[in-house]
Amino acid sequence: MNAPTYNFAYLDEQTKRMIRRAILKAIAIPGYQVPFASREMPMPYGWGTGGVQVTAAILGVTDVLKVIDQGSDDTTNAISIRKFFEKTAGVAVTTSTLDATVIQTRHRIPEAPLHEKQVLVYQVPIPEPLRFLEPRETETRRMHALGEYGLMHVKLYEDIARFGHIATAYAYPVKVNARYVMDPSPTPKFDNPKMDNCPALQLFGAGREKRIYAIPPYTSVVSLDFEDHPFTRYKHDACCALCGAGESYLDEIVTDNAGSRMFVCSDTDFCETRQAEGHRGSESAPYAENRHA
Amino acid sequence: MIPMIDIRNAEKTFVMHLQDGIRLPVVRGVSFHVAPGECVVLGGPSGAGKSSILKMIFGNYRCDGGAICVQHMGALLDIASAEPRQILGVRRHTIGYVSQFLRAVPRVASLDVVAEPLLAAGVARAEARERAGVLLRRLNIPDRLWKLPPSTFSGGEQQRVNIARGFISDLPILLLDEPTASLDAANRAVVVELVAEKKRAGVAMVAIVHDDEVRHLIADRLVDVTSFAANA
Amino acid sequence: MLDVTKAPVDNDQPLLLAEGLSKSFGRLHACRDVSFALYPGEVLAIVGESGSGKSTLLQLLSAQMTPNAGSVSYRMRDGVMRDLAALGEAERRFLFRTDWGFVHQDAAMGLRMGVSAGANVGERLMAVGHNHYGKIRQTAASWLERVEISTDRIDDAPKTYSGGMRQRLQIARNLVTEPRLVFMDEPTGGLDVSVQARLLDMMRTLVSELGLAAIVVTHDLAVARLLSHRVMVMQGGRVIETGLTDQVLDDPREPYTQLLVSSILPA
Repeated sequence: MNAPTYNFAYLDEQTKRMIRRAILKAIAIPGYQVPFASREMPMPYGWGTGGVQVTAAILGVTDVLKVIDQGSDDTTNAISIRKFFEKTAGVAVTTSTLDATVIQTRHRIPEAPLHEKQVLVYQVPIPEPLRFLEPRETETRRMHALGEYGLMHVKLYEDIARFGHIATAYAYPVKVNARYVMDPSPTPKFDNPKMDNCPALQLFGAGREKRIYAIPPYTSVVSLDFEDHPFTRYKHDACCALCGAGESYLDEIVTDNAGSRMFVCSDTDFCETRQAEGHRGSESAPYAENRHA
Repeated sequence: MIPMIDIRNAEKTFVMHLQDGIRLPVVRGVSFHVAPGECVVLGGPSGAGKSSILKMIFGNYRCDGGAICVQHMGALLDIASAEPRQILGVRRHTIGYVSQFLRAVPRVASLDVVAEPLLAAGVARAEARERAGVLLRRLNIPDRLWKLPPSTFSGGEQQRVNIARGFISDLPILLLDEPTASLDAANRAVVVELVAEKKRAGVAMVAIVHDDEVRHLIADRLVDVTSFAANA
Repeated sequence: MLDVTKAPVDNDQPLLLAEGLSKSFGRLHACRDVSFALYPGEVLAIVGESGSGKSTLLQLLSAQMTPNAGSVSYRMRDGVMRDLAALGEAERRFLFRTDWGFVHQDAAMGLRMGVSAGANVGERLMAVGHNHYGKIRQTAASWLERVEISTDRIDDAPKTYSGGMRQRLQIARNLVTEPRLVFMDEPTGGLDVSVQARLLDMMRTLVSELGLAAIVVTHDLAVARLLSHRVMVMQGGRVIETGLTDQVLDDPREPYTQLLVSSILPA
């Protein structure tokens, strides 16, 4: 029941076809950045215009959409985009990772394993992993074309030289299908292993930079590292204060001006599902007791 | 006996383009030869072209006519028509040159300046330094100076470093341009001794020596350069 | 009397062969009909004043510019002589990262100024697949030592280095993959005289120890004398005189060469 003044999912059909062609090409060449004619969207750059255009191009009437921002379904950005597609496409929306067919995300990959019927759409600010060290686009394109990725290790080398370990904690470069080096968008490197051999299709849209790239289902995604400094998943040394999860990615929340803090799951759906199943953390348990008291 | 050096009708003229192309003929019809173990001393007044002939044999000055043949690696090579890289090979394997003045690289230790020709010939660094030290000691350069670059030395010390550098190699031809010019009697005697040793080793030498006494001691034969004077 | 037989033929094959190289920009002939052969371990200096075409020639020789006529061939590590124009871009770039070095006058063009010295040296290793941080760092440190940069400075970026240190770092960065040919464009330009002397001495030692071939473009005849075996004098895009370095400098033939030589300030 989209509002009559909008075409389905906001974009006109020609634009969606153009974007779909770019997506198909991106899937055919895993990790390769396909240029596309990014449109003006009714939101500012940096709010996910790339992801929104990809989502608009792939959404069908029977799809169920989930939008997360930093793992959360209820932040401003996530809610606005969800409402945007509710209004312009009239598709069903959900906060459940399991039920969604299309998940648009900024910064996180859901904790719950994805399945073959799902598409994960990433919002990407800077698609070029080599940009930090090589400012010339002509040169980075040539480097991708020729598979010259020595420079990527220069960045990791610098990390180790400066901090004693690879300190890059997000946007950690990966090699896709043993060919292209790719920036996985600013997801924490904790999520990198989830990209490898993932049953779901992963699409990446950068609106301002006008690039789309993709990881087809069951594709190898390897995080770059050194033999003597292998890739490691970064994790807080804590459990979720609400659901007690020990293996999820945690947000640190400062609770007062005295420096008290707690750690909670960044993936709200994962955390709520666990709490509904009866899991309790250090903070939630007393609360529940108090309320019943 | 096959001569080590055989010069036939060599000639040299300088054209000074900066002075309206003035032509300065230096020598013409230079012909002589040097056998192994022989020291030929070039005679004649200053400006007769003695140094020019030495430089032509070394390939430092170009030869405008004739031939300058040397025994190089078991064959005869004409320096006058050789390729630059052949001349480089000749300098590495056949001809050594002791000039009056040292043209040393800044910052290189004297010991290494002396050892360099051996290194270039493929001798190991330790052995090259060892031999350089022996020679420097013979020429009365004290050990404490070995690590210093020769550019900081007195004229006489610099020349002795230069002589050591010239005499260290095992090259079959040696060109000596006033090797004893600013040396004291003791060091002159060392040089005379070194020349005698080279002769015994079969080295062919061409020398320019102004000191009558030294010339008398080292010359096997005198070639008068005035006979090659080019008529302007 | 002796017969003058042919000079002993040296079996060494040229490393780089330039044939009839010409390049013009509109009506300006920057480089005209330049031919020469460079042999392994040989250092060739290209001298001439500004605008004589020597930098254009260096660009042509290093395949960074396409000539209007003529060709450059290079003996690859497998011994096969290849025309540089016929190399694919990937091959050419690989050559540049491995078997060739390029030392720029402006160190900022040859270095990553914001990246540590260690990574600057290590980059060429990582580019050819070295993947062990400890070993890369160790190699980088030993190269810094060789170019007389204290290993304490390995984690500092070259933007904190002096001009002479930057040049030495550039040399280390180039030599780490043990190239056989290094191009140098005014390597001592803009440095203090004392710094120049140190750099020249170091380059001279490295070139002879590693058996490197080098093509050095310079307007400074003292640099040519110290570093090179052979000299090519350029004027108006042409090579007007060529020969052994000391021969050309001590017994110059061409009017222009005599002018250049007579213009050297006495030391």
